[in-house]
Amino acid sequence: MTTIDHGAISAPVAAVQYRTCPFTGRRIERSAELLIRVNAVAAVLFLALGGLFGLLVALTRWPAVQLLPADWFYLVLTGHGANVLLFWIIFFEIAVLYFASAVVLGSRLAAPKWAWLGFVLMVVGAVMANYAVLHGDSTVMFTSYPPMMAEHWFYLSLIVFAVGALIGVFVFFGTLVVAKNENTYNGSVPLVTFGAITAAIIAVFTLAAGAIILIPTWLWSLGFISGIDTLMYKLVWWGMGHSSQQINVSAHVSIWYAIAAMVVGAKPLSEKVSRFAFLMYILFLQLASAHHLLAEPGLSSTWKIVNTSYMMYLAVMGSMIHGLTVPGAIEAAQRRNGYTRGMFEWLTKAPWGNPAFSGMFMSLVMFGFLGGITGVILGTEQLNVLMHNTIYVPGHFHGTVVAGTTLAFMAMTFLVVPLIFQRDIVLPTLAKWQPYLFGLGAGGISLFMMGAGTLGVPRRHWDLAMTDAGIPYEFAPGAYLMMGLNGMSAILAATGGLLFIVLVVASIFWGPKLDKPGAKLRFPLHDDGAKAVSEYGSEGTFKLPGTIMLVTIFFVSFVLYYFINWKYLSDLWLFN
Amino acid sequence: MALNPPSNRLWWKEPIHGIELAWIIIAFLWGLFMFFFMIAWHFIGDQNLSTETYRLQPEAFVEKVEAFAEEYQLMDENGEPVEIDGVPVISPPAGGDVYMLGRLWEWWPILELKKDQSYRFHLSSADWQHGFSLQPVNINLSVHPGLEHVLTLTPTETGDYGIVCNEYCGIGHHNMSGLIRVIE
Ligand code: HEM
Ligand SMILES: [Cu+2]
Ligand SMILES: [Cu+2]
Repeated sequence: MTTIDHGAISAPVAAVQYRTCPFTGRRIERSAELLIRVNAVAAVLFLALGGLFGLLVALTRWPAVQLLPADWFYLVLTGHGANVLLFWIIFFEIAVLYFASAVVLGSRLAAPKWAWLGFVLMVVGAVMANYAVLHGDSTVMFTSYPPMMAEHWFYLSLIVFAVGALIGVFVFFGTLVVAKNENTYNGSVPLVTFGAITAAIIAVFTLAAGAIILIPTWLWSLGFISGIDTLMYKLVWWGMGHSSQQINVSAHVSIWYAIAAMVVGAKPLSEKVSRFAFLMYILFLQLASAHHLLAEPGLSSTWKIVNTSYMMYLAVMGSMIHGLTVPGAIEAAQRRNGYTRGMFEWLTKAPWGNPAFSGMFMSLVMFGFLGGITGVILGTEQLNVLMHNTIYVPGHFHGTVVAGTTLAFMAMTFLVVPLIFQRDIVLPTLAKWQPYLFGLGAGGISLFMMGAGTLGVPRRHWDLAMTDAGIPYEFAPGAYLMMGLNGMSAILAATGGLLFIVLVVASIFWGPKLDKPGAKLRFPLHDDGAKAVSEYGSEGTFKLPGTIMLVTIFFVSFVLYYFINWKYLSDLWLFN
Repeated sequence: MALNPPSNRLWWKEPIHGIELAWIIIAFLWGLFMFFFMIAWHFIGDQNLSTETYRLQPEAFVEKVEAFAEEYQLMDENGEPVEIDGVPVISPPAGGDVYMLGRLWEWWPILELKKDQSYRFHLSSADWQHGFSLQPVNINLSVHPGLEHVLTLTPTETGDYGIVCNEYCGIGHHNMSGLIRVIE
């Protein structure tokens, strides 16, 4: 079903090849498709490696198991952070950027050769980083705080990877220009593309911060610079480390909108509000490192308060808005689809058997409740002291980046495989269960690590019992329980993760081919998905009682939890 | 739908959904509240992290801690220095300066403090970054070499309190511990 458009539009080299997707009616260009495929495959491979490391880490932190010896634990933990947070997430994001530009806008990719170069650099960087870590002299955690020093390879590998990613981001911008010039769409870019633009703008900022800090650190490891200021390092490093989380949020929120559109035919409630919420991310991307520095010496309170909140928490507001508009758009669409009874028929009759939908909705809920609320608490000037660097922190970000971003990306993959690889999902029953397995596990590790953190359990720590410590310290029995439950949840999550990888790889290689005429999807798209651009746009005025109930529950939980933490704080020893 | 351009080219002129507007206002006011509450806690709360910090060479801090330990070493009835697990116990006068050194891999020395007395607590590292984590109270502070952080600390309960390290500091990180004893 490959249609070739000869010279219809000016193409620099040879003819640009397009096909028309039989399920969505979209025009998909060959090189864009190929690059989405390779980036997605690389992402999944690094997830497999990083996920395995995650399981080993969690099993080691389960006191009754303590799987790895100490040196391996720290080594594997360094590898876990790098492989999942950097490589899995960023490869997938590059795929998302190409999808949101070339595929969503029906355009060709701006500079496929550059895109390939970026991809190759990213692969080289990622492989090199794994080499440096596994080699054993770079067990510094992916944050690599000085004056602890890794092998110079380690820093260099991250720089190479970042340069590759930056090239990918510029190919994305180039593609937007191409689409505009070649008039592949009418009017404003779709919301999903808008969200991706947000992510890409933040990415430029992020990668610049990364370069500013990693290049001197690399030179330091080579002996050209005598020292790196520890506080300055953290400030700039988190300019990369935190803003990159804002990229993840922009990307996965775009994916929420995309999946809701494809699977239940959802339209944004109002374009204006949703776009404005994305804009908040760019404008009020806090001096992003500030809330990682709340327990550091030498920074003024005013600086901390202003930079974590910019006086009114507008980026948090952006997320809270999406937290209403995404379920709201789904509710409105489902009511239009005929599920109008009661407050929640729209939700109970949603396509829970479709892994794209179930993964997306769980990601939405867990990102808000587990990741979002706790993030605000951690980012509050005084409250931070309660859990800074305890395992509460990994608990929080497994809520954002695993239960939120990773689950959303997995859900999206169940659409990318049929639409971009043109292969249907194999073993649909298992596919149906995959998001629940992974979601439950990810929610569990997030929750139980937070539980252990409130009991004081440190992060990145091999031995809770502190058997060989100079002065012994006994953690409360509850801490052991929490770390055990965390280990069990990790097994669930890892099983879900393994299932995901098996399903994706098997589908790509052996899934039923979908490029034959009349092929049908196992997990069908919403009918609107097949219609051409007709009267899409903002959703009209619907009553949304279910969504109102959901956000009310969210808000009440948020406020309660916020004040509970102030209560905890007020019980501490006094300090000022 | 979100994958297509808005059909209404003038989408920015569409009215906003009432629910959305209400939620934006709630989120905005809540954000403002949270901002002001951080400021308010500086006036109404007793837990605000001091910002008093001095730059110095790590070795200079080690010397200060050693001098402090020598001066206020706790002696038992036989006039012998008191140690726990080989670490000296220091009993400084109430209201005075006390020092805590993080180094690979211990918190040194052991402090004996009095309940409800305030101390000027000096905290720094001799080598790498460490994480001062007082347990089970759960006060967690970052410690940098070359930065001396001074806070006024007032223990409010008696008992033995452990200090663990929660900033990764190499292969002995999980063995790094210390103790603060609070007496009447
Ligand atoms: C099978 C799934 C996973 C399991 C069981 C798991 C488990 C864990 C555990 C137990 C820790 C260690 C906490 C500590 O000792 O400080 C950890 C750290 C971490 N995880 Fe995961 N994780 C999983 C997936 C992921 C994914 C998908 C991501 C990112 C997208 C992620 C990002 C991180 C990061 C950034 C750290 C911090 C590493 C560090 O402290 O240097 N994890 N994970
Ligand atoms: Cu330490
Ligand atoms: Cu440590």
